[in-house]
Amino acid sequence: MKADPSIVGRRHLVSRVMMGLCVGAAAISIFALAIILWELLIRGLSALSLATFLESTPPPGSKGGLANAIVGSLMMTGIGIAIATPLGVLTGSYLAEYARKSRLSTIIRFINDTLLSAPSIVIGLFVYAVVVVPMGHFSGWAGGIALALIAMPVIVRTTEDMLLLVPDQLREASVALGMPIWRAIVKVSWRAASKGILTGILLAVARISGETAPLLFTALNNQFLTFDINRPLPSLPVAIFQFAMSPYKDWQELAWAGALLISASVLLLNILARTMAARGEH
Amino acid sequence: MAQQNGLSSIDDTASGYLSRKPSGVGLEKPFHMLTAAAALTVVGALIALLIILAIDAAPAIRQFGFSFLVSSAWNPVTEMFGAVPATVGTLITAGIAMLVGTPIAFGVAIFINEICPHKLRDPLSIAVELLAAVPSIIYGMWGLFVLAPFLGTTIYPFLIDTIGQVPVIGALFQGPPYGIGMLTAGLILAIMVLPFIASVSIRVLSGVPAVLREAAYGIGSTPWEVARYVLLPHCRKGLIGGVMLGLGRALGETMAVTFVIGNSHKIAASLLQPGTTISATLANEFTEATGDIYLSSLVALGLILFVITFIVLLFAQMMLSQANRKEAK
Repeated sequence: MKADPSIVGRRHLVSRVMMGLCVGAAAISIFALAIILWELLIRGLSALSLATFLESTPPPGSKGGLANAIVGSLMMTGIGIAIATPLGVLTGSYLAEYARKSRLSTIIRFINDTLLSAPSIVIGLFVYAVVVVPMGHFSGWAGGIALALIAMPVIVRTTEDMLLLVPDQLREASVALGMPIWRAIVKVSWRAASKGILTGILLAVARISGETAPLLFTALNNQFLTFDINRPLPSLPVAIFQFAMSPYKDWQELAWAGALLISASVLLLNILARTMAARGEH
Repeated sequence: MAQQNGLSSIDDTASGYLSRKPSGVGLEKPFHMLTAAAALTVVGALIALLIILAIDAAPAIRQFGFSFLVSSAWNPVTEMFGAVPATVGTLITAGIAMLVGTPIAFGVAIFINEICPHKLRDPLSIAVELLAAVPSIIYGMWGLFVLAPFLGTTIYPFLIDTIGQVPVIGALFQGPPYGIGMLTAGLILAIMVLPFIASVSIRVLSGVPAVLREAAYGIGSTPWEVARYVLLPHCRKGLIGGVMLGLGRALGETMAVTFVIGNSHKIAASLLQPGTTISATLANEFTEATGDIYLSSLVALGLILFVITFIVLLFAQMMLSQANRKEAK
C-alpha cells in the first residue's frame, strides 16, 4: 500500500502550523515577561537611590525612602521563618521518617499541599481572627504568624522530598551501630539532606517576602520606622500596594523602586536556592 | 607484653562502649512525639482555619441565609450583602486566565521539550520556574501602569467597534474603554499563571519515556502528531493537575487582580467594565469595614473562596497523585 501523497502533505502542513503555533506561544510569553521585567528595571532603577534605603516613607508630595518598610519586611519575614522552620522540618521528618505510608501521613500530605496553594488572603482573614482580634490591634506578630502559615507548607514539602532522597542504607547502618532512631534522623538523615532542607527554607523566604495579601489585615502599615513588633508594621509589598494605587507621582516612583527591590531579592534567593540544590545532589 | 597491653586496652574500650547505653535512648519517644505534634499542627491549622472562618461568617449567614449566595446586593449603608458579584467576578477572571493562559503554557512546554535545541532546554525551563516565583504584586502593578492604559487606548476601542457590534456576543465587549476591568484582570492573571502551568507541564512532559516518542516517530508520525496523540494523552492527568493548580492560584490571587479590576459590585454584562472578585473585595474593604454584618459578610466571602479553591485543589491533587503512580509503574 502506498501512502497518498496529498494526505502526507496535509499531515506535514498541519504539523508545521501547530508546531509554529507552539513556537509562537513561547515567543509571546517570552516577549510579555521580558517587557514586564524591562519596565520594572527601567522604572525601578530610575527611582532607586540611597535615600530609598535610608529614609522612611514620606507623606504625599515629598521625597523619602522605604527604610521603614524594608525593616518591617525583614522583621516579619524573620518571625515567619523562625516559626515555620522548626514546625516545617519536624513535620517533614515525621512524614519521611516515621509515617512514610500510613493513612495519617497521606492526610497530612494532602492538607499540607492544600495550605501550600490556599489563597493567601484567606490566611490573612484567619490570622486576623485568631491574633489581631484577641490582641485588640494590628501588629508585626500577626503579620509574622500569617507569613509563617504560608512558609510552613513550603518547608514541609521540601524537607520531606529531600529526606526521601537519603538512601535507607544510611539509616539502617546508623541504627545497626546502636544509634537511637531519633539520633539517626538528626545526625544522619538531616545532615545528609541539609542542603536540600536549606534550599526549602530559602524558597520559603522568597515566597513570603513578596506576599502582600496576608499582611493587609494583620500587620497593616506604619508610616514610621519602628522596631516594635507589637505595633502595626510597614512592609515593602504593602507599601508598594498603597503607593502604586495613589495618585501621587512621588509615591508611584517609590512603588517602582520597592517593586524592583522585591523582585530582585526574590529572584536572587531563588537562584541561590537552586545552585545550592544542584550542589547538594553531588 | 606490649601486645598484650594493646589487646587489653582495646578490650577495655570495647567493654567500655558496650557497658555504656547508647546516648539519648530515653529521647526516642519524645522526639517521635515532637515530630508527630508538629505534623498535627499542620492539620490543626487547616481545621482551625475552617472553623474560625465559619464562626466569623455565621452572623452574615444567619442574617441573610441562603439568599447571601444568590443576592447581588452589596450595600454597606443599608447593610445588604450578597456574594454573587464577587463570586461571579472571581470565576470569570479565573476563567479568562485559564482560556488564555493554558494553551499558551502548553505551547511553551511543547516548545521547550520538543522543538528547541537541547542546549537551550535547561536554561529556558529554569527561566520559566524563576518567573513563576515573581511576586504577584509585580504583575498587578505592571497591569495598572502599563497594560491597562495600553488596552484602554488601543485594543479595547477596537474591540468595541468590531466585536462589540456583533449581536449576542457583542454585549461582552461594550461600554467605555476604561482599560481596567474584568478582561484586563483576566489577562494579567493569564500572564501570572502562565509560567506556573508551563513549569508543571515541562516537568510532566519530560517524564515521558523516550521509547514512546521513538515508537511514534518510527511509524511515521509528524512532530505534531507525536505531541497531540502520544505525549499529551500520556501525560493527561499530570497536565490536568497542573492546570488545576494554576486555576487554584488564579481563583485565590489577590494582588494581580486588585490593581486592575476596578472594584465595582455592579455586575456588568461587558467584560470591559469594572467588576470585583472575592479577594479584591477583601483587600479593598476589610480594614475599612464597619459593623459586624459587613465584616461577617466579608468573612463569608472568604469562606466561599476557600471552599471553591479547596475543591479545585482536591481535584488537582487527585490527578497529580494518579499521574505520579503511573510514572512510578
